[in-house]
Amino acid sequence: MTDRALAVVRAGALTTVQDQGRAGHAHLGVPRSGALDGPAAALVNRLVGNAPDAAVLETTVDGCALRPRSAVTVAVAGAPCAVTVDGRPAAWGAPVRVRAGEVLEAGRACCGVRAYVGVSGGIAVDPVLGSRSTDLLSGLGPAPLTDGAVLPLGAPAAPPARVDVAPVPAPPLELVLRVTPGPRDDWFTPLAVRTFTSRTYRVSPASNRIGLRTTGPALERARREELPSEGMVLGAVQVPPDGTPVVFLADHPTTGGYPVIAVVHPDDLPAAAQAPPGTPVRFVAVRRR
Amino acid sequence: MRVLPVGTDALLVEVSSGDQAQALHAELLRRRKAGSLRVRDIVPAARTVLLDGLADPAGLAADLAATRLPPAAPAPPRTVEVPVRYDGPDLAEVAAHWGVSVPEVARIHARAEFRVAFCGFAPGFGYLTGLPGRYDTPRRATPRTAVPAGSVALAGPYTGVYPRTSPGGWQLIGTTDVVLWDPAREPAALLVPGTRVRFVPADGPEPEIPAAGAGTASAVGAA
Repeated sequence: MTDRALAVVRAGALTTVQDQGRAGHAHLGVPRSGALDGPAAALVNRLVGNAPDAAVLETTVDGCALRPRSAVTVAVAGAPCAVTVDGRPAAWGAPVRVRAGEVLEAGRACCGVRAYVGVSGGIAVDPVLGSRSTDLLSGLGPAPLTDGAVLPLGAPAAPPARVDVAPVPAPPLELVLRVTPGPRDDWFTPLAVRTFTSRTYRVSPASNRIGLRTTGPALERARREELPSEGMVLGAVQVPPDGTPVVFLADHPTTGGYPVIAVVHPDDLPAAAQAPPGTPVRFVAVRRR
Repeated sequence: MRVLPVGTDALLVEVSSGDQAQALHAELLRRRKAGSLRVRDIVPAARTVLLDGLADPAGLAADLAATRLPPAAPAPPRTVEVPVRYDGPDLAEVAAHWGVSVPEVARIHARAEFRVAFCGFAPGFGYLTGLPGRYDTPRRATPRTAVPAGSVALAGPYTGVYPRTSPGGWQLIGTTDVVLWDPAREPAALLVPGTRVRFVPADGPEPEIPAAGAGTASAVGAA
């Protein structure tokens, strides 16, 4: 089965292996990791006939190029981009057959940030703590792709989906994130709490898989003392000393010492993964069920 | 005990001391083992325990508000001995801060009985409590860009051992060869929350250390 493999022709700016992550190890200091745009990763798996937890590739802005050593079915979704096979245009968001030795390329995203490449059989690197995800905070899982690397593939589980077009949400022009307040909203002034949910922030270029950083009005603390380290959840909006909110994404640290003013609804995080720097961000307070 | 909702499926339970946090953590682990608590992650920390991935956070919040904690955490099931060479570059600074001699820093540290209060910062990095409060240690004014793996270090009330080379601002007092993190091991972390820990000077047992309790296992070869 040695021909069940992919050679990396062009790794792109940052391409990582991702699945549904390794939640459940936070008490050991292990981030959950996993695909930032989970629905897009699930879609490419469905399109190529994989189980939802198969490992896919997550690209950042400029895509990647891959040469399979045997015929495979691939699908590219998430951030919209040109898809080619040996330079010929191919479908985005649909199963594409690639023969042994042909080069599949996912091009630069025309909008959005992260494209997902699913391959029949899934990326079969060795799992760490039950997941094949690359964790950029703590370095668990496979290293980010490099030109010339070879990735093993699993055996295809099922035939590709029979679809022409799969409906997918467009990358957001404005990011609207529903938040529930707390647990540390009382560490901020009432004005800061109002500012947080009424003013517009923008996605900062310093954003990454660990957190969506923002620029915008600073949030003033009502309490100056240090917060003892406490557990952090996915979507936590932590406010560091500079006062601008950071939304914790999949590779977030499991504990932290800055107060969390609110938590983003998990259903809104995939859109956050597709918002390029400069995108306006609004935090909208919602009631907790 | 204060129970704070976090997002849609998590609770942060806040108590007033590190000891209470350890007792609460032990009680929650006991409930999960008994099948009465269904939760994905139980994350202890300095004064809190986070329960993440709950099916019914509101129901559990009401239940916890009526819970009375046992006064102290039960004795931890496992003791780990960490052989250490007290040769860290910050020993003199720590000694000056404590107002003792350099050899005395090693003696004080090796005499204490530690417990893993919580993990964080990096996989397998445990925050160990056990030094008396008068030995709290400030962080370095300027963090190091690379602290070597195996460094035994102090900050605030905590002792930690760096599982791998990483940036860090803790004061380095020693070095160990123990493998703190091994994904092939179960659990991957040597220092799991609740574990009792003793640091044993590598140049021979410290005569002033009282004999360890039953069930003591050396960390060396514990994989």
